[in-house]
Formats: sequence, C-alpha cells, structure tokens
Amino acid sequence: MLKIKDLHAGLEGKDILQGINLEVKAGEVHAIMGPNGSGKSTLASVVAGKEEYEVSRGYITFENEDISELDPEERAHKGIFLSFQYPVEIPGVSVTNFIKTAINETRKSKKMDDMPASEMLKMIKEKADMLEIDRKFLSRSLNEGFSGGEKKRNEIFQMAMLEPKLAILDETDSGLDIDALKIVANGVNKLKSGDNAVIVITHYQRLLDYIVPDFVHVLMNGRIVKSGTKELAYELEEKGYDWIKEELV
Amino acid sequence: MSFKDKLLSSYIALEDYLEFDSPLHDVRNNAIKIFEEKGFPTKKEEAWKYTSLNTLLKPDYSIYSNKERNVELKNVRKYFLHEIDTYKLVFVDGVYNSFLSETTHDSLDVCLMSAALNKSKYKPVIEAYFNKAAKSDSLTALNTAFTKEGAYIHIPAHKEVEKPIEIINFSTGNEAAIFLQPRNLIVVGENAHVQIIERHQSLSSNEVLTNSVTEIFAEKRAYVDYYKIQNDEATASLIDNTYISQQRDTVCRVHTFAFGGKLVRNNLNFFQKGENCDSTLKGITILEGKQHTDHNTLVHHIAPNCESHQDYKGLFAEASTGVFNGKIIVEKDAQKIDAFQQNNNILIDDKATINAKPQLEIFADDVKCSHGCTIGQFDEDALFYLRSRGIGLKESRALLMYAFANTVLESVKIPELKVRINKLIANKIGVSLGFEL
Repeated sequence: MLKIKDLHAGLEGKDILQGINLEVKAGEVHAIMGPNGSGKSTLASVVAGKEEYEVSRGYITFENEDISELDPEERAHKGIFLSFQYPVEIPGVSVTNFIKTAINETRKSKKMDDMPASEMLKMIKEKADMLEIDRKFLSRSLNEGFSGGEKKRNEIFQMAMLEPKLAILDETDSGLDIDALKIVANGVNKLKSGDNAVIVITHYQRLLDYIVPDFVHVLMNGRIVKSGTKELAYELEEKGYDWIKEELV
Repeated sequence: MSFKDKLLSSYIALEDYLEFDSPLHDVRNNAIKIFEEKGFPTKKEEAWKYTSLNTLLKPDYSIYSNKERNVELKNVRKYFLHEIDTYKLVFVDGVYNSFLSETTHDSLDVCLMSAALNKSKYKPVIEAYFNKAAKSDSLTALNTAFTKEGAYIHIPAHKEVEKPIEIINFSTGNEAAIFLQPRNLIVVGENAHVQIIERHQSLSSNEVLTNSVTEIFAEKRAYVDYYKIQNDEATASLIDNTYISQQRDTVCRVHTFAFGGKLVRNNLNFFQKGENCDSTLKGITILEGKQHTDHNTLVHHIAPNCESHQDYKGLFAEASTGVFNGKIIVEKDAQKIDAFQQNNNILIDDKATINAKPQLEIFADDVKCSHGCTIGQFDEDALFYLRSRGIGLKESRALLMYAFANTVLESVKIPELKVRINKLIANKIGVSLGFEL
C-alpha cells in the first residue's frame, strides 16, 4: 500500500529525514517510535504532503502510484489520513459542518454527488456513538476551546467518518487519560480491516497495549535504525533508547 | 468650476427656499462658512493621510436630481432584510419613496427628516439635538448646510422597538453622476431599545458620491444596536460620518460590514458623556479589485467607569487598500476606563495594502487601555490541516477567512441579518462550502 524508498526530506535545504525505507501493506499496523527530534512528525507530514517540506531524494508511492508531487488534498482523496498532534481551531465552523465539507469535497474529487443528508446524519450518529462523543460536541466550533483529549477524539471521529485506507496517528496518545485512550484505541481497532493500514507514531509503549502493532520501527536522526515486532516496544519502554545508540556504534 | 464652487453656488440657490425664521438657518449658514473655509480634506491632513478624495471630486455631480426615480420592488427586494418585519425608510436618489417605506408614528416616530424640520411639533427635538453631537469638520459641515432629507427616528422612554428599522438609500443611475447627502437623526429615550440597519446601494454603474451624517443620542440606560452594510458597486463611494452621544448606563454597538464600493470612509465617533457606558465598534472588511476602505474611529471617554470594545477584521485581496485609524481619548476625569482595541488584517495578495494606526491619548491615571494590531498572511499549518482532510486550497482559504471574521460575526444579534451577512461573505470569498455558514 505505502512504499517509502530512500526518502530524504527537510526544510530549507537541511534534511531531517535521511534515507527512510518503509513498506506498509494492507491489514498491517506499524508503530514508529523514537526520541524527541528524531523526525517522527516530519515523516508523517511529508507523507501527508505538507508543502514546506522539500523531498531531496527518494520517493513515496501509495498503491503503486508516486504521490511525491501531489497536493495534500489529493493525497487525502486517495485515502491518506493524518491525525494531527496539534489540531487547528476553526471558530464558527461546527464539527458537523466541517466533516460534511471534507466528505463532500472528497466525493466531488471522485465525481460523486454530495452524500445525502440522511445518510450523512446516520453515519455521524453511528461514529459519534462508537467514540462515545456527545451530540452537543458536534455543534461546537471545530477544536475551539476543546481540551487536549477532546481534540484527539475529534481527530479519530474525523478519521472514522472519512474511512481512509491509510491512517497515520501522530502522537494521538499525548494528552489523553487512560479512559480516553481506551475509547480512542477501541475506535481505531473497530475501523481496522484487512483492506486498510495504520501507522502509529508515539513516544510511549502505552498506546500499543491497545492498538497492537505488527511491526515496530525505531526512528533516530532521520533514519529507521531498528525494526522488530511488538516486543521491541516493551524493550524500549524498559531500557529507553540509549542501548540502541550503543548498538549502532 | 470646481466641485467646491459648484456646491457653494448651489447653497445660495438653496437659501432662497429656506424659511429665514427657522432655527436651522443660522446653523446652515455657519456650516457653509466652515466648508467654504476648509474645503474638502486633503492628504496633507493627518486624518486623511491614506485616503485621497481627489478622483472623487472630478465628476460633474448632480446635486438636486430632477430625473425620474421610479424603483420597482422586485428589483430591490433583495436589499431588504424583511418585506414585512421591519420598519423602512427608503430614499431614492435622495428623495423619500413612500411606496417602498414603512414608517410609523404609533408610539414611536420612524419618519422623515424633511417632516421633522418643517413641522412645529418636532421643533423641540430638533432644537435639542440637531447638530449637537456632530463635529464641525468640513464634510460634516457640508452635509449640515444642505440638510434636507434623511431618517428621523425618535424612540420614547422605556419603548422596546419590536422590529428592526432599515434605512436604505438607493441611487438609480438616472443621473450620470449624483451627489447625495442624507442626514439622519436618531434619538433613543431613557431605557429604550432599538436595532437599526443602514445601507447605501447603487442600482447602476454610474458614479455616486454619498456624504452621509448620522447623529445618534442615547439617553440614560438606552440600548442601541446599529448595523452598517456597505456592499456597493465599484463606482459608488461613501463618506459616512456617524456621531454617537451616550448618556450614563447606555450600551451602543455599531457593526460595519465593509464589503466594497469604490471608496468608503467611515468616520465613526463615540462620545461617552455619563458613567457606566458601554461602546462596541466592530467591523469586517473584505475588499478586492482596487477598492479602498478607511475606518477612522474615535472613542472619547469623557466620564469614568466606562468600557469600549473595538474589533476590526480585514481581508484584502488583489490591489485593494484598507486603512484603520483608531483613536481613543481618555479625559483626565475619566478614571477606571477599560478601553480595548483590536485590529487584525490578512493580506491575500501581494499588491494589497493595509495602513493601520492606533492612537491612544490618555490623560487619566487609573485606566486599562490595550490595543493590538496584526497584519499577516494565511497560517500555513492551518491550511495544511484543512487540506489534509481533503478540502481544496481555495475552500480551505475560505474556511480560514470565515473563521478569521467570525469573532465579529458572532456578535450580530439579528439572526436574519447574520444569515444575510454570512451569504455576502460566502459570495465575496467566491466559494460555496456545501453548507449554510
């Protein structure tokens, strides 16, 4: 589904990612872990198409198509979703209206008509219930005055509505208490199928108790320095990152 | 002959029609002298540094139009907030149109300045209020000298007006160029409440220059909610001079939606004369092409324990120009004042310009005064967030513009008006977002 080959990318001529190789297949869950400043969020942003990052070498393909030159909205239309670490506040636009716009813009790109209102409402109700989101929450302005937990839950709600093929969850666990974490993880698990894939970016192993990864990768200084199974996450939790640094030397 | 000379000779002709015993006669004569002496303001004056009237003074304006001025309801219906649920004072080429209007004398007066000036029963109000809040700058004086028609609104004490009042000035374009000078007087009695919407609308692409003066007097505990909709043709210009005099415990709010016109200058002046006044001045400016809008605000804190809130948002596309000149004066005796001013601007294109100038003159020592001014472009992180959800660049920008203006929009208290302004904004931004904003 997603193939990243020798990816170098960064800001203003300075590469933050220095040769990433990663393949994610349909049905898989990958976790990317690593210390602060290792390039985790940059990788997420580059895959989602943030324009300020420049790709200096390598390429990204999604379902065998090179997406390196596509706009962020075009990547979204193909089924890539990025859950933001810091979602943006949009005063005056309700959660419901925002998601309607996002869904219908995606449909428009596929030459489909707008989703009928009744179908939209049914879907909103279903997904909100799944994530234990209060109906009042949906009429509030997008992210405005939301707590950290509400913002993250709202990100997963949008993901549930957009039904992406590839979801990248960037630090979705930060700011969540254990109950909210369980609800969010439960939502992600329910959306999981053999046809889609998830990349979980996290500092901590905690989230991986609930969203169980097939593969764990350690990112350091812009490269994946170690890959393994979920046991690697436990090892990192226990021993930190220093032993990997030593191993590399 | 210059436009100034033309006006001065027209005044001599006008004088022949005026009753010499009218109390207004001296007021007019003094006013024309001020105008004769000062003339039209030029860029040399500090308050007009960024706005030039030069090109506006060139056309050969008709000052008193005698041409046919019929307007069909079906052609102007869209400019009314409501067909039934508002009082209306409609003027066409400066002349009252009774067919389109809905006036009243039933427990409040919503009628004409011409009637108020000529009928003896209004004389006490005219004598007590007319030209008492207006400053004596040359443009206001010019309007005063020629005062003939406009809205006369008098709300008696304790009256809560149940529906909004619309003041609409149409120009037909039957003259190649027309000069209009509406004069409005609004007196809101003790503890009375009123909502007013004012609009100037050209119905053709001929030149229109309007020099409007509105005086609003809020007696103690009165509540005045005033909305100005400025969404005119690219050949129509407006100089709006509004003066609000607040007695103690009053709340006065003015929202200005400046969405176009060739040149718009808003001189908005608040005078807080009693304690516990609350003044709100808010505006959304969205311009494109070569449009120019200049907001020149004054909040004069004369009495203690008052508040003022200013929030102006501007979006400037293409080669449009905006000016925000916000002055706050706090007099020596006006202690415990809380004055807040905010002006945020987004320049959408490289050729757009904004000149922002806050001016604070504080003579009291126990006051809270703050102002903030920003000029920026779109937040790239916010754009990326929206686009990553599949929303295209143009629509994402529109959503951000909408969010940007929202702090002003959300304080509009007439729901139908809010919907209307929303639609105007959507049209201005040029996208349909697939939902009613």
